[in-house]
Formats: sequence, structure tokens, C-alpha cells
Amino acid sequence: MKARALLGAALMLAAAPLVAQDHSGHAMPDHSSHQQEPEKEPAAEDHSKHQQAPAPFVLPDMTGAPKMDHSTMDHSAHQVGDFPEGPPPPEAFEGAQHAADAIYGPAVMAEARATNHATHGDMKTGTLMAERLEARIGDGEDGYLWDLQGWYGGDVDKFVLKSEGEGAFGGAVEDAEVQALWGHAIGPFFDLQAGVRLDIEPDTRSHLVFGVQGLAPYMWHVDAAAFLSDRGDLTARIEGEYDQKLTQRLILQPRAELELAAQDIPEREIGEGLTKFETGLRLRYEIAREFAPYVGVGYETKLGATRSMAKAAGNDPDGLKLLLGLRAWF
Amino acid sequence: MTALQTDRRKFMLGSTGLLATGLAVPAWARGESLSHARQGFGEVSGERIALSVDRHHFGVGGRKGHAIAVNGTVPGPLVRLREGQNVRIDVTNKLTEDTSIHWHGLLLPFQFDGVPGVSFPGIKPGETFTYEFPIRQSGTYWWHSHSGLQEQEGHYGPIVIESAEPDPRYDRDYVVLLSEFSPRHPHEIARMLKVGEHYFNYQMQTASEGDMPLDERLMWGGMRMNPRDISDVTGATYTFLVNGHGPMDGLEYLFAPGERVRLRIINGSAMTFFNIRIPGVPMTVIAADGMDVAPVEVDEFQIGTAETYDVIVRPPAGSHALVAEAMDRSGMGLASLTSHKGHRATPPPLREPVTLTMADMGMGSMDGAHGGTMKHDAHGGMDHSGMNHGGGEASPAMDHGATDHGAMDHSMRDTSKLPPDVKVGPGIDMVAPMPMDRMDFPGLGLDKVDHRVLRYTDLKAARTNPHRMPTRQLTIHLTGNMERYMWSFDGEKFSAVTDDPIRFAYDERVRVKLVNDTMMAHPIHLHGHFFELVNGAGMMDQPLKHTVVVQPGSTATFDVTANEPGDWAFHCHLLYHMHAGMMQTVTVRPFPAPEDKA
Repeated sequence: MKARALLGAALMLAAAPLVAQDHSGHAMPDHSSHQQEPEKEPAAEDHSKHQQAPAPFVLPDMTGAPKMDHSTMDHSAHQVGDFPEGPPPPEAFEGAQHAADAIYGPAVMAEARATNHATHGDMKTGTLMAERLEARIGDGEDGYLWDLQGWYGGDVDKFVLKSEGEGAFGGAVEDAEVQALWGHAIGPFFDLQAGVRLDIEPDTRSHLVFGVQGLAPYMWHVDAAAFLSDRGDLTARIEGEYDQKLTQRLILQPRAELELAAQDIPEREIGEGLTKFETGLRLRYEIAREFAPYVGVGYETKLGATRSMAKAAGNDPDGLKLLLGLRAWF
Repeated sequence: MTALQTDRRKFMLGSTGLLATGLAVPAWARGESLSHARQGFGEVSGERIALSVDRHHFGVGGRKGHAIAVNGTVPGPLVRLREGQNVRIDVTNKLTEDTSIHWHGLLLPFQFDGVPGVSFPGIKPGETFTYEFPIRQSGTYWWHSHSGLQEQEGHYGPIVIESAEPDPRYDRDYVVLLSEFSPRHPHEIARMLKVGEHYFNYQMQTASEGDMPLDERLMWGGMRMNPRDISDVTGATYTFLVNGHGPMDGLEYLFAPGERVRLRIINGSAMTFFNIRIPGVPMTVIAADGMDVAPVEVDEFQIGTAETYDVIVRPPAGSHALVAEAMDRSGMGLASLTSHKGHRATPPPLREPVTLTMADMGMGSMDGAHGGTMKHDAHGGMDHSGMNHGGGEASPAMDHGATDHGAMDHSMRDTSKLPPDVKVGPGIDMVAPMPMDRMDFPGLGLDKVDHRVLRYTDLKAARTNPHRMPTRQLTIHLTGNMERYMWSFDGEKFSAVTDDPIRFAYDERVRVKLVNDTMMAHPIHLHGHFFELVNGAGMMDQPLKHTVVVQPGSTATFDVTANEPGDWAFHCHLLYHMHAGMMQTVTVRPFPAPEDKA
């Protein structure tokens, strides 16, 4: 239970930046499909939302009119006076919804408007990136690792695909997982992600996934998720990386990843608590933005009960690796 | 007709060197299918004009790709008209997708304005659409596709409308149409803007580049903003064009010493602001967006996308570089203004990349003259320095709480400062905490140059406007999210507000205040109208424009008399911003207008 609390705290920690920064987005559900929100519609302010003609607008008294917009200070030499805001006069609401309907016909114009949506905001697009495609060379056996991520969708909702795995050269794949997630923008910089994860190796297991991914302050790319397995095991993973440009094409990327478990998972040699910390420093050269080979060093260490379990099994709980890899996307 | 032809002789296009062939081969005018679009353009005029839109290849300076050419050229032909005439323009679509032509800056019945889904249905493949309208104005304008991203592919051209009375102000008349060419398909550019972080920007601050101190770098990083975010699409993929010619093509504008040369400078680019200068040759600005202004002499000016400026120059004998430097300094368009045919002028080198400042975050005023980045600690110092430079008046909107928390981010996205009609969501990554009117700002990167640069406050209408006070104000927030590449007005993309336009009553006079809650400069264009910039010139001398650049983190205000009934597009003229949703419909009702009903 202590571990559960710890896990919770860690997740909170990971989420803290977005709670702190994106309070409005965080607090607000997505209204992208809503036409209007009646509860916040003071008649004097809301000029564009009225479908019905409002009460006739009374010409205000200019001389004593108070400034409506206090956020603007006009210190420039010239005077940019503010006038009172108000709804348009009733005649601004006269006639058909769309003027061109009267000339070209409503059907053909409706079709044109529908076509317009994709080219004025509703563009769907996607990408597939091999964030890390690398050989890991160290003491003992040399291995390989892949870390892929792709998405397809719009600004707010996306389908996200992730896959990670590793193995030893000449040996079998040791770990392999695929995640299929729905991503939903919950603020300017963060997406909520929920979906499923399927482990193929070391054994077939499925998980529910719930996490956040996005850009934290100071330009750290953060991916934090909790996983609930089909056996009821709760684990979590938090990773962050940062791109430091040395030149326009030579980029140094520190990266860190922390794994946690809320309970022992003996068959995977995982103990309750912090289970693994992994850090790396990769130096890549962007021959093109989409194609960047890199070299780096990686260090990983098992923690807590997991570490003890590894030691007991006669395994080295730490590892330092030389990394040779490729970051590529399209 | 005789008069027209006489005038045409006086009017010269592009360089004589390049043009000689251009005039000799008008075959494209008959709609021949060419595999490669020609660079540069011919001319069409008269009361009946035919334009044919077709797919071609195009190449410039070693970059090659697909293009959409009109009448076989990129840019398409100069449409030359005369004030007071009527014109019928048949536009034939030979593409496999819908197309359109919008007549940028022209006063006309809205159904011929050429915006698919707003003013008309668009032109289907194989179809010919006839535009028909009287010419009610004179000046320098342009036309372009309003369908998808076709404009980026070459579907644009200049418009010159001669005044009804002879214009004695110049001896020679040239069009300088600025644009870009990319070998990448515009859909691919749009995708890169969505998925690749600063994909086209190779002028970022690095460990070794840029002189911003560490504390300021941390502050920008803390806000998840990039101070080198000047242009979304850059010279990394663009070749900047003058009349369809790249900088190495040797485009020449000939003159005889002593002549007054009128340059009609049109920014027909999709995404680029240009700094225009002819080193050693002062320019007298005589018109902005086609409308005459009181002459003002400058050494340089910045032209936003979709703006036009007419200048008169009187160069001394020799060859002078006409430089159109991209605002982010990632490249330039180039031509020679020369009295010796074949003599190319040597262009000045590109200047240092531009870095955004506190004022561009909407942190308050810093007058252009002393610009630069302000020294302060990463947290609390900011608000105060903004205020000190703001002119001493404390603003009730200042968020002192943010200072206490020591977190910039609160005050950089305090959505409580937004009016309730702005939809707050992932599409807004910033709220300018203290947006200032910056009509006196000469443009990013030009606030520190040591010669005369045009500012909006220098513009005065040449003819006085009727004196009318606005009866109400409308505030529109320009909103965006750079990381997600989302752009909108009032937090809502055009696709979400198609049925909820901005409404004006016919003949209503409205003061429209644009608040830029982003760190990019947006050229905002209203179709079918000229508005008056509220630039301090006095109500009757406010310059008329169709496009206004709203500086980063700033406000810009215009007065408009809504006297053109119908539905009109209103949008950011950065093509990929519009494509992302930074557009609205402005409707002027009743339609038809009361006097038309009779």
C-alpha cells in the first residue's frame, strides 16, 4: 500500500507541471463541438454568438464612456480610444443564414461549406517516428532496442500507436509491447491518453493504459502512464527528454525514465516500489530533420525490491551501454 | 481601345532582358498546355478576359516541383484594368480539383469575390466560371486562388487598375510581385508544420548561437516558447521570387537616370513578410493596399503577406539592388534596378536572424527605437519592467499574483483576461498579459536599423475620409498554439463557426480591435472593404487598407463602415494559418442592401 501511495505521488508529480500550467484547459472539458455556452453569455459582451436578434442597440454616450478594456493601455503618442462593445443592430441578423445561398442555391453552397471544413481547421494528419532505434553495446551481451510512436488525427483527438521492445543480438526478443491509445488534448501542451497495451514478450499480457503526454515547461517532452494488467497488477512509467541544440543540426538529448510497481510481480522479477531508473545521453546529427543517426551512453539500474530480486537471481542490477542508433520519422 | 494601348506601351513589365521573350511569345494566352510553367507573366486586359488554371511543373534555382499555373505562367498574368470599366473574366478550371480566384482588394458584389463556401460554390474541374463586375477603384492589387493551398503552388498574379484621370507622378511603372516557390507540395508543408517541431527553422538559438543570456533562455523555455519563431516556413524550403524569378535569375528593371519609377510592390507570398529596400535609393511611399497615401520617404519598409505598397524612386545612374529580404532573414528575393542593361547589382548580405522580445509576448510596450531584449530576472522582474516601459500608467489587468508565485506561465496564459466569447481550450497557448497598440512598430527586426523605416503611424490617407464616429466596438482575439499548430479567432477555428459569422448592419460603422494573443505577426485581411487604420492620423486622415499586420502580443485597431452587403471572408493571410482555421465570415446585412431592393 505504501507503494501504491508512492506510485500515486509520482504520477501526481509527473502531472504537476500540467496542472500548474494548464489550469484552465485542465479544468475545462473540451467544447470544440459545442456551438455556444449559454451560461456564460452576458448580452453586452457576446457579439457574435447570438443567433437571434438582440434588443436594439442604444447609441452610447461617447463623452463619458468608461474604458471597457482595461488590459490595454494606450501610451503611444496617438489616441486609440476604446468604444463600448455591444451586439450588432437587429438588421445584422436579417435574411438567410448564408448570403450566397440566395444566389447559387443552398444545396451547392452547403456542399462547398462542408468541403471547406477540412481546409480551414479540420485537417487530419499523422506521423510515425522511430524515436530510438539502437544497438546497445556493453559488458556481456550486446542488444538492440526499438521505441516507436505514431499518431493520426486532428488537433484535439488522435489515435496514438506506441511500441517498445528489446532483445539481445542473436537471441530472442526479450521485451515487446504495443500500445493503442486514444489521445485527447486537455490543455495547450498536454494530451490525455487512454487505451490498451499488449505485451508480446516476455509473456502475453494485456493492460489498460491511462496517461498524459506532452511538453512540460523548459521544453521537456514528458510521457507518463499507469498500466493495469489483466492480472490486476498496477505499474507506471514516466519518461522525459530534452533537445539541446548544439548547432542547428547537432542535438544533445538527455533522457530519463523511471518505472514503478504497486505490488510485487514475481514472474517478471519486479518488486513493489520504484523498480527501474534509466538514463541516457544521445548526440544526434540531423542530416535531415527526419533522419538523424546518433551515438550515446545509457545507464540503467534496478531499484528497491526489484534490485534485490535481481541480485538474488545472480543478475547484474546495473548496466552501462554505448548506444548507436537512428532517430527517423516521416 | 487606342487609349488603352497607348497606356500599355508606357507600362512595362519585369525586366527587358527577360521580358523580351515574354512579350514575343504570348501563346499561353490561348490556353496551350505546357509541361513547364514559364517564369514571369504576361498581361491580360480589356472588358473580356480569359484565365485558364492548369497543372504544370516549375523550377527555379535548382528547385523543381509541381505548380499550378494560370495561362501557363507562374505567377499568372497581370490583369490590367481601368477605373470605371466593366469586366467579364472567364476562369476555366483544368485541374482535377476545385479552384477559385479571389480578387484581392477589389470592391465588387460579394458573389464574385471568389471564396468557395463563403461567396460562391467554387469552380469545379472542367467548369468555366464567369466573374462580372464594374471597376470602382484604381491602384495596385492582386488575385489568387482561395481553394485549399493552391496559392502556394503558383496560382496568383498581379492586378493594376489605372485611374480614370492620368497620373503624372511617375515616368515608368513596374510590378514587383513577391512570392515563394517550394519544391514540396503544400500539403506536405502543412503536415510538417503539424508534426515536425519547427521543421523549417534553421535559425534557432543553440548552445553556440544567439546572444540571449541564460536566464532569459530559461524564461522562454519555461513558457515553452521559442524566441526565434519568426516565420513558420523559411528559406529552408522556399526560394523567394520577384515576378516569378529567383535571386540568381538576374531579373532587371531598366530605367533612365532622372526618371521617376513607380514600383508596385505586392506581397503575393503564402507565408513570408519581406523587408524591402534599395540600398542608396530612398523610396517615396505613395499608396498602401492600392489606396493613395500622403507621400512619405523611407529607406526601408516591411510588407506583410497580402499587403501592397506603391513607391516612387528616382535612382541615380547605375545598378541598384532591389532587395526583398525575408523577415526571418532566411533568404531574399532579388532584382536589379539598373540604367545599364545587363549590369547586375550586388545585393547586401542577409542580416542577422531576428529574436523576439518581451513586447512580442504582450508584456507591454517597448518603443521600437530601443527594442532589444530587456534585462531582468527570470520571474518577478518581468511585470515591472513591462510597466516601467509602458509609460507609467499602472494597469489594473496586471497580474501581480503571478509575480508572487514566481511562475511566468500563469501570467502568460491567464485566460481570465479573455472575454467570455473567447473559447478557451488547447488551441490557446498564450494570452498576451498586457497587449499594446504597436502601430508605431516598424516590424520584427527593423526596430534597430539606423535608417528610416516605414511605420503604420507614417501613413495618412491622401484624400480625407468622411467624418463618422463608430457606434460600437468589436474585439477579436487572434489565438493560437504554436506547438500544435492551431490558429483561430477567439479560440474557434473557422470549421467550428461556419454558421456563426461576425455580424455588421449595412452602413454600420464599427471600431474593430484585434488583440494578438500569439507571438507571431498576423496579416489580417477583410474582403470586399477598405477599413481605416486607427493609427493616430485623425479620424479623417486614417489610411485605408484591406490588410493589417497585427504585431506579436499587440493590438491593432481599425474603423470600418460596413457598406458592402453580403458574406465576406475575414482571415489571417498566412496561408497555413488560414488553413488551420484562422478565418471567419463577416456578414453585412440586410442583403441585398436597402437601396438595391427597389
